[in-house]
Amino acid sequence: MNERFPVIPDQASALARDVDMLYLFLIGVSAFFLILIGALIIWFVFRFRRTSDTDRPAEIHGHTKLEIVWTVIPLVLVLIMFVWGAVLFFKQFRPPADAMEILVTGKQWMWKMQHPSGRWEINELHVPVGRPVKLTLTSEDVIHSFYVPAFRTKMDAVPGRYTTVWFEPTRTGSYHLFCAEYCGAEHSLMKGWIHVLPAEEYDDWAARIDPDLAELTPLEAGERLFTEMGCMACHNPASGALGPNVVGLYMSEVRLDDGRTVIADEDYIRQSIVEPMAKIVEGYQPIMPTYRGQLDESQLMQIITYIKSLE
Amino acid sequence: MSENAAKTENYLNVKHTVASWLFTVDHKRIGVMYLATILLFFFLGGVAAVLFRIELMTPTEMFMASETYNRLFTMHGITMIFFFLIPSIPAVLGNFLLPIMLGARDLAFPRLNLASWYVFTFGGLLGLGAIIFGGVDTGWTFYTPYSSTYANSNVILAALGIFVSGFASIMTGLNFIVTIHKMRAPGLTWFRLPLFVWAHYATSIIIVLGTPVIAITILLVAVERIFSVGIFDPALGGDPVLFQHLFWFYSHPAVYIMILPGMGVVSEIIACFSRKRIFGYHIVAMSSLAIAILGFFVWGHHMFVSSQSMYAGMIFSILSFLVAIPSAIKVFNWVATLYGGSIKLDTPMLYALGFIGLFTIGGLTGLFLATMAVNVHVHDTYFIVAHFHYVMVGGMVMAFFGGLHFWWPKITGKLFPEMLGRITAIIIFIGFNLTFFPQFIVGYLGMPRRYHVYPEEFQLLHVMSTGGAAVLALGYMLMGVYLLYSLILGPKASSNPWKAAGLEWTTPSPPPTENFLEPPVVKHEAYAYTEEDTYRDDAETKGDTHG
Repeated sequence: MNERFPVIPDQASALARDVDMLYLFLIGVSAFFLILIGALIIWFVFRFRRTSDTDRPAEIHGHTKLEIVWTVIPLVLVLIMFVWGAVLFFKQFRPPADAMEILVTGKQWMWKMQHPSGRWEINELHVPVGRPVKLTLTSEDVIHSFYVPAFRTKMDAVPGRYTTVWFEPTRTGSYHLFCAEYCGAEHSLMKGWIHVLPAEEYDDWAARIDPDLAELTPLEAGERLFTEMGCMACHNPASGALGPNVVGLYMSEVRLDDGRTVIADEDYIRQSIVEPMAKIVEGYQPIMPTYRGQLDESQLMQIITYIKSLE
Repeated sequence: MSENAAKTENYLNVKHTVASWLFTVDHKRIGVMYLATILLFFFLGGVAAVLFRIELMTPTEMFMASETYNRLFTMHGITMIFFFLIPSIPAVLGNFLLPIMLGARDLAFPRLNLASWYVFTFGGLLGLGAIIFGGVDTGWTFYTPYSSTYANSNVILAALGIFVSGFASIMTGLNFIVTIHKMRAPGLTWFRLPLFVWAHYATSIIIVLGTPVIAITILLVAVERIFSVGIFDPALGGDPVLFQHLFWFYSHPAVYIMILPGMGVVSEIIACFSRKRIFGYHIVAMSSLAIAILGFFVWGHHMFVSSQSMYAGMIFSILSFLVAIPSAIKVFNWVATLYGGSIKLDTPMLYALGFIGLFTIGGLTGLFLATMAVNVHVHDTYFIVAHFHYVMVGGMVMAFFGGLHFWWPKITGKLFPEMLGRITAIIIFIGFNLTFFPQFIVGYLGMPRRYHVYPEEFQLLHVMSTGGAAVLALGYMLMGVYLLYSLILGPKASSNPWKAAGLEWTTPSPPPTENFLEPPVVKHEAYAYTEEDTYRDDAETKGDTHG
């Protein structure tokens, strides 16, 4: 790669190389057609230039065989592009089961992140090389987009729902983190760095928790919130009283009182906390108060992390 | 004799009062009024672009704050898309030419046509008001909940401007559809229609079906903003992604509202300057309709990383690839038309060939964006910015100026300085590429769009882009100067200076109010360049009575 005038950004994830391969394929196909069309135009303009004002060229109505050829060839090429792009896209957005999960909240104009060890960060994210990392994203206000060019990946952080993005860094170093979705006055300042560390160094880094801040892991914080906010009174995992049981809830099928069934994913659990009347579980009364405004997005994520852990 | 000809009554000299313009129902005069109006918006949008391109020469803040920068790119987007590109070819050239190409006296509803100009101008003034009273900072895309709850600028006024001007679009679209169906001259069958007419037919269908959706969407944003009704803001129980679905359901087809008429113009120009019938006429006509229909089912390719379902994304991806096929066919057919022709590189032809080259780059980079995995990386970067400018400016604006030069003698009755025209076309072509090609590179490197400050390593490409913008601006100014000169001092144009086929060239320049001295009868297919009467020009038949 030309260091002084780069045209391909740093490749810092396994996926980056795959995306670049596809990109180069697309450039190859495009260059071929652009040169073909350009050359034909120049050749025809020169070869068939008007020599006399009385020129009356013969009419050509069409040429069926030629037209079929130039319909079918592009069709085949775009189908290749479609399949290649879709297969890679599914790889891009299906995190492996063992991925380490980091919780990310976007807000005007900063990124707030919490590691599994409990350590918090703002606008700078430390991750280990060679380990898959899954980010769960949401937003406190408007839509943001978590974009790391060196990983060739990007995902919107949407208020009111969870999205995920994952990557496996292959090279240590520091790489740009941008907000890619326009989010207001200081949109272009909503950026930071991804620091890829050697795995052991990351573990040390993540374990260095500021004792003054008494940082808890997301799981511990979620468990404490579950008690403090009074969830225990109705959803006690031990007894299962007034409210539906939350043990083993995550990703299970829930029957609602209107006969529908839903999968209890993160979005469902979040909605049940902030908007409890939206989906009433079959056999229960609609009596739960809303927690909207009492918990911020990070705390909601922590409670959900705790509920997910109950099996 | 020539003195006599000068006294001939035409649509321009029939009356000179201001009222005769403001209350005219002549489609030609309304077209000219639209031209003046949209050129004003083109100028305003251009000034905004020049200002923020200067700001972007340095990676840090140079002479404007973020709030100003955000308002400028929003102003650029809104004026260029809603108040220049969408009405550009249909409301100016379409208005002027469609009835003449059909051999009709006027559009089916002349008063509705005049009303559309008033409605458009009123909408434009509202948009202008939003800019003057402090600006709008949402981007032309108005994404929620930013636009509906968080933005602290004149969102409602701008939204109202777009809402109102949409009605003008619908009026024009309806008028075109009815006119094409009902007012064709004797002998002018569907497959004898010029491709310009086919393109406007397809465009009108999109306008009539699509515009109500953006009107409703933008109204819902205003309702949420004023009355706090939860529609898009999740804090009020709304869904922010719903807005994107509604917005792109119109705004992607709107891309074809902007490009199809340009394709129509290019077909006319290429036929004329190679003296050939367009290769595969039927396919080119039908591909316009195919693009119009398929264009309604690809909106989700703007939303691959919006939290839309991955499977929905797949469907949108493949449909987006399919819409590339009719576009590719058009390009191949234009190139094939040149084969065996009698080619002359006059100004309109330079714009048309420029269009093919730039639209091809715009179209090919569209494939990158339909490819899901690559889209994820380049989405919301300068790669997108470059791509849609290649389609919108490299395509539509080149076609608009090509068409303006081609029909300038017909519209104004004056000739423009040909050599200056050619030089300007080349300056614009070079300036355009210099401005936007570097943006593909900086986009793939990861430069996000709508960034006021940016990392230092992107500076070189931004400086190149700004340099190109200066060349481009020079080209546009040069054009403004010589067209103004032509308008006032240009030599008189004959009826058919390019020796072109088409009904509009059989009537004097400028045409009389009734369009034709005698009602025309069509005897040939479109682009009958083998017929000798195609080449008839009143400059050579001085003294003859027409017809």
